[in-house]
Amino acid sequence: MSTAAVRPASLETPWSLPYKGQIGMLCLIAAESSIFTIFVVAYIFYIGKSLTGPMPREILEVPIFATICLLSSSLTIHAAVGALRKGNLAMFRLLWFITLALGAIFLFKTGSEWQRLIYEKNFTISTNLFGTTYYSLVGLHASHVIVGLVGLLTVFLLALAGRVRQEHVDNVDTFALYWHFVDAVWVVVFTVVYIVGR
Amino acid sequence: MSTESIALTGVREPSRAFGDWLTSWITTVDHKRLGILYIVFALLFLVLGGIEATIIRIQLIAPLNTFVSPRTFNRMFTMHGTTMIFFAAMPILFGFANYFVPLMIGARDMAFPRLNALSFWLTAFGGFLLYFSFVGANGLYGAGGAPDVGWFAYAPLTSKAFSLGHSTDFWTLSLMVSGFGSIGTGVNIVATIVSMRCPGMTFGKMPLFAWLNLVVFGMVLVVVSPLTAAQLMLCVDRFLGGHFFDTQAGGSAVLWMHFFWFFGHPEVYILVIPAFAFMSEIVPVFSRKPIFGYPIMVGATVAIGFVSMTVWAHHMFTVGMSAYGNSFFVITTMIVGIPTGIKIFNWLGTMWGGKIIFKTPMLFCIAFLFQFLVAGLTGIMLGAAPFDWQLAGSYFLVAHFHYVIVGAILFALFGAFYYWFPKMSGRMYNETLGKVHFWLFVLGFHLTFDFMHIPGLLGMPRRIYTYEPGRGWEVWNLIVTIGAVVQGIAILIFVSNLLYSMFKGKLAGNDPWDAWTLEWSVASPPPEYNFLTIPEVRSRRPLWDIKHPEDPDWKYE
Repeated sequence: MSTAAVRPASLETPWSLPYKGQIGMLCLIAAESSIFTIFVVAYIFYIGKSLTGPMPREILEVPIFATICLLSSSLTIHAAVGALRKGNLAMFRLLWFITLALGAIFLFKTGSEWQRLIYEKNFTISTNLFGTTYYSLVGLHASHVIVGLVGLLTVFLLALAGRVRQEHVDNVDTFALYWHFVDAVWVVVFTVVYIVGR
Repeated sequence: MSTESIALTGVREPSRAFGDWLTSWITTVDHKRLGILYIVFALLFLVLGGIEATIIRIQLIAPLNTFVSPRTFNRMFTMHGTTMIFFAAMPILFGFANYFVPLMIGARDMAFPRLNALSFWLTAFGGFLLYFSFVGANGLYGAGGAPDVGWFAYAPLTSKAFSLGHSTDFWTLSLMVSGFGSIGTGVNIVATIVSMRCPGMTFGKMPLFAWLNLVVFGMVLVVVSPLTAAQLMLCVDRFLGGHFFDTQAGGSAVLWMHFFWFFGHPEVYILVIPAFAFMSEIVPVFSRKPIFGYPIMVGATVAIGFVSMTVWAHHMFTVGMSAYGNSFFVITTMIVGIPTGIKIFNWLGTMWGGKIIFKTPMLFCIAFLFQFLVAGLTGIMLGAAPFDWQLAGSYFLVAHFHYVIVGAILFALFGAFYYWFPKMSGRMYNETLGKVHFWLFVLGFHLTFDFMHIPGLLGMPRRIYTYEPGRGWEVWNLIVTIGAVVQGIAILIFVSNLLYSMFKGKLAGNDPWDAWTLEWSVASPPPEYNFLTIPEVRSRRPLWDIKHPEDPDWKYE
């Protein structure tokens, strides 16, 4: 058995495979999607099943501004990756910072919403079934936003230090995929919690 | 490929101190070492689960026995089930996938070696956490201890009111931790198979082992995550006062059942498809024929992957679903039998007309075929709702799923151990001891699990800690326990065979079975870098092409 024998002839077609980071991230997204699916199913299943108040209509306010911020951060991160691909580092840093800021605004708005519910409305995770499902689902999403923000901040600091360059665009793009996922999940959570559930 | 090697400085130097040796294993990111760690870890937990099974069987050997208290008995069957599924079966199969997927697809390591190490250690610490509950889970008043809520932990048994102390907390946290490990492994293996194949290895030329594991780990991603989600909900209930499964506050105990079995049934396929993968590699080599119906095999596996996610509520016929619900899950359960049956015919077709070599791995595979068929038939019986109403929750059901897990999965695993032991250790096992192990284990298996069906048909419920004399169950329980002892002896022979052969066995060489997949083209055990030069393949049997340049496979595929 020689090496030559393993290579019977050079292959007719050039051999290229998908980038492993991208595939890994897609797999992670598949797993995360099923976690969210279970929480969404539980939320929908328990709509209107609370034995005591308060009910969603009485206390929930639709977070339009926060939603606009989060969804537009998907556009800015997409543009940021595009700028990096072209090698425009200044533009990349600017757009990346805007993404970070938009995500932070979203998290802040969620936090202040929770503060209002907890301190003004006395509505906690153990109040009733609605509280349990609401805080779990929105909290699960918020925890993903936090992870995303940590990642965004890390890349931003590295970019400021000049450590993110054009050749890293695949890695940055992989991270952007995660951020797009976080935004897409919010569309589902928003629909279920603030439109269907109310 | 065979004997070439390159010198890597500082690697595999002999006579290192014990501390260095230990550090090198703990910090390793090599997929082969992690595979071995998975397997050793799983064997350790297999022994623990086996001890628990023995305690259960000793307690049930005679009516009104008082070997253990009812509470201890509950802990034993809970720990036995949880250990065997999550910390023996899954890690052992993950270990084989870890070791052989990169080798078979011609890669030097996994896509994410450090994630691989993280996944293993998460699984390992999940297991240690579960067993720490024996000493660490005593809450106030010493009410806790090892988990005692059954391996599927139905609500409301797991609520604070019925599960005092921290026993359930340990159960749920350990499964969550190991669940994250499983998801990491899933991400890793899927990415490895998609992105790391050697030149020429298209999806149509990939060994079935890799194909089947691709399906398995795709399923791990989609169905282990819901279990993790359900455990998160249970944690919210127990630690934060939530009401997901709190029936007093409008929560639903049935929802937990749905969530658990949406994981629980596909889990069976996560365990059995790797067994199919072993079969699909071993049967052709020992029949001296290529696998019969390769594309059908792949299609059937993918079909099983999808259909298995639509059958979960056949575990819940006795809950009282609507007639439509029952009918739906009966029909899907019957449908999943079709691709499974196709596979059995594929293996039979592979053996048909082949020159079958009855070495130990092949013996285990042949026993697998027969026993998996019987297990499938009792599965079809239990999949019919009216039959299930009679026998769900009886020993008939226990016998059925042990027939799958022991009679099929464990048998295929033993086959895989004997088949790949020469590759992993570099030495041959002892064939005589292997055959003794096989025949003893067949005897013990059939004594235990054939006769376990009968007390079930006679009405003996599962999970009872004892029973009264005069119900006609005594003799069957006695036989079942005797069979368990025989199986224990067989496993001792297996372990001593492997331990002895690891040091004293004949040197195996690269390719003791005259096999066809890439792992046999490298040294035994493979060097750390796997392949000196990344191979290029042109057919499903690259080594056949090398050995038979005058008549290579790629001329026909």
